[in-house]
Amino acid sequence: MRRSALTLTAVASAGLLLAGCGSSTTSASSSEPSASGSSSSALSGTVNVFAAASLKDAFTKLGRQFEAAHPGTKVVFNFGPSSGLATQINAGAPADVFASASTKNMDQVVTTGSAASPTSFASNVMEIAVPPKNPANVTQLSDLARSTVKVALCQKAVPCGATAEKVFTNAKLTVTPVTQEVDVKSVLAKVSLGEVDAGVVYVTDVLAAGDKVKGIEIPTDVNASTKYPIATLTKAPNKAPAQAFTDYVLSADGASVLTAAGFAKP
Amino acid sequence: MTSIDTPPARQAGASRSPEAARSVQSRGAVPWPLGIPALVAALFLLVPLAGLLIRAPWRGLPGILADSQVLDALRLSLVCASVATAVSFVLGVPLAWVLARSQARGISVLRALVTLPLVLPPVVGGVALLLAFGRQGILGRLLDEWTGITLPFTTAGVIVAETFVAMPFLIITVEGAFRASDRGFEEAAATLGASRLTVFRTVTLPLIGPSLLAGAVLCWARALGEFGATITFAGNFPGRTQTMPLAVYLALESDPDAAIALSLVLLVVSIAVLVGLRGRWLSTGPAA
Repeated sequence: MRRSALTLTAVASAGLLLAGCGSSTTSASSSEPSASGSSSSALSGTVNVFAAASLKDAFTKLGRQFEAAHPGTKVVFNFGPSSGLATQINAGAPADVFASASTKNMDQVVTTGSAASPTSFASNVMEIAVPPKNPANVTQLSDLARSTVKVALCQKAVPCGATAEKVFTNAKLTVTPVTQEVDVKSVLAKVSLGEVDAGVVYVTDVLAAGDKVKGIEIPTDVNASTKYPIATLTKAPNKAPAQAFTDYVLSADGASVLTAAGFAKP
Repeated sequence: MTSIDTPPARQAGASRSPEAARSVQSRGAVPWPLGIPALVAALFLLVPLAGLLIRAPWRGLPGILADSQVLDALRLSLVCASVATAVSFVLGVPLAWVLARSQARGISVLRALVTLPLVLPPVVGGVALLLAFGRQGILGRLLDEWTGITLPFTTAGVIVAETFVAMPFLIITVEGAFRASDRGFEEAAATLGASRLTVFRTVTLPLIGPSLLAGAVLCWARALGEFGATITFAGNFPGRTQTMPLAVYLALESDPDAAIALSLVLLVVSIAVLVGLRGRWLSTGPAA
C-alpha cells in the first residue's frame, strides 16, 4: 500500500507537469492553477466522466486508482458512443471530462466552446471478433464480405463504425452488415451471444472480452486506427478534480493502464 | 383551464337533482391546491411538445423527410406495428378470454406473468427474446437447425419484439372487458342451442367491441413507439429493422435536426390516431 501511494504521488506530480505545459492556454486551468496542484488531498467531489464505450474497462480501472489516490473524490462514468456523448455534452449534460474515441467527435464539442485544447492520450486499431466456436469459419477479413456471414458493425456516426469502414475501403471490400449497432460494446455483445458470425471491434475490446470472443487480426497494411482525445470541459461543475483526472489519464500511470488494456500510444 | 372542470360538472348535472347540480357548479372554480398542480402537470406534458414544434427545422423539413431512409423507417414502423397488432389480436384475445373465464388453478399467476412485459424494461425484454428466440436461444437454436431461419436482425424480429412488448396492453384491456361483460346474453344464446364457439364469435366479441378497439389502439401505439426490445433483439439496419424510434435515437447522435424532423412525423402520426379514434374510444369506454 505504501509503495502504491508513493507511485501515485509521483504520478500526481507528473500530472501537474503535464497540466502546466498542456493546458496553460485554457482559461479553465489558468483561473485556478493552484487548486489542482496544491495537494492531492485538497481534491474532493464527484467527477463526471463521459467516455467512449471502448474505454470502459481501462477507464473504470483508472477511476478506481484515482479515487484511491484522492480520498474524497468520486469518479462517475457515462460510457457510450462518442457521437452520442458529444451531442449530450453540447446539449448541456453535466459532464466534467470528455474522452472521445475520435478527434471528429471531440471537435464537435470544441466548436461549441464546451471544451478547449484536447490532448490525445491513446490510439486503437480494429480487429475481427468471432464467437469462440467460430460458426461461419471466419479466418480473414475477406470472409466478412461473404453473403452467408452475419456481420455486426457500429453505425457509421460512431468512431468504431467509421474506422471499420476505413478498413473495408483499404481492403477494397464491400461488407453488408446485418446490424449497425449503437456502440462497440453492443457489437461485442452480439458476437459473444453468438447472434452474429463476426463483428469488427477494437483490439482492446477483444482483449477485454477474454475467452467470450476470439480475435482475428486484421493485416496492418489495411488496418485503420483512431485517436482518443481527452479534455476537461470548460463548464465542468467540478473543475479541480476534473482537471486532476484528465492529468491522471495523461500521466505515466494512466498510460501503463491503457497499454495493459491494449491501447497504443497516440 | 375550464376544460378541466367542465366534464365532471356536466356529468353531475345530468345525473343529480338541479339543486345538487347548481351547488356543484357554484363550487366549479378549481381550488388552488388542485389547480396549481393540475396546471403544472398540463404544462409539463405540453411544453416538451411545444419545444419540438418551436425548434423544428421547418425550412429543411421537406428535404429531410424526402430522404429515402426516413421513408423506409416510417413504412417499416407502420407495417411492423400493424402486423404486431394483428398478431396480438389473433393470439391475445383468446388468451384474454381464458384469463377472464377460466376457473383453473394458477390462472392468476398466469395473468401476472403474461402481463409482466407491461412493467418490464423493454431492453430486458429484448435480452430475454435473444435468449429464447436468438440464434443461440433455447427455441431459436432449434428453429435455426430445422429451418435455417433466424429471427434477430430481420423484420420478423422487429415484429416479434413489438408483439412481446405490446400484446399485454391488448390482453389486459380485453380481459377487463370480458370480465365486465354481461354473461346473461351468452347464457341465453347457449340455451338457444348455439355452440360455445358461436357464442364467443356472435355474442361475446360484439359485446366488447369498443374494448377490442381500445386494446388494439393501445397495442398499436405501444408497438409503434417500441425501442428497447427492438434495438436489442432486432438490431439496427436501415430498411430492415430500423424503425422510426431507432432512427430518431441514432439521428440525434449525428444530425439533431433530422432527429427533430423524425420526431415531428411520429407526433403527427400519434395525433392522427388520437383524432381518428376520438369519440369512439376516448369518450365511450365501457365499464372496462
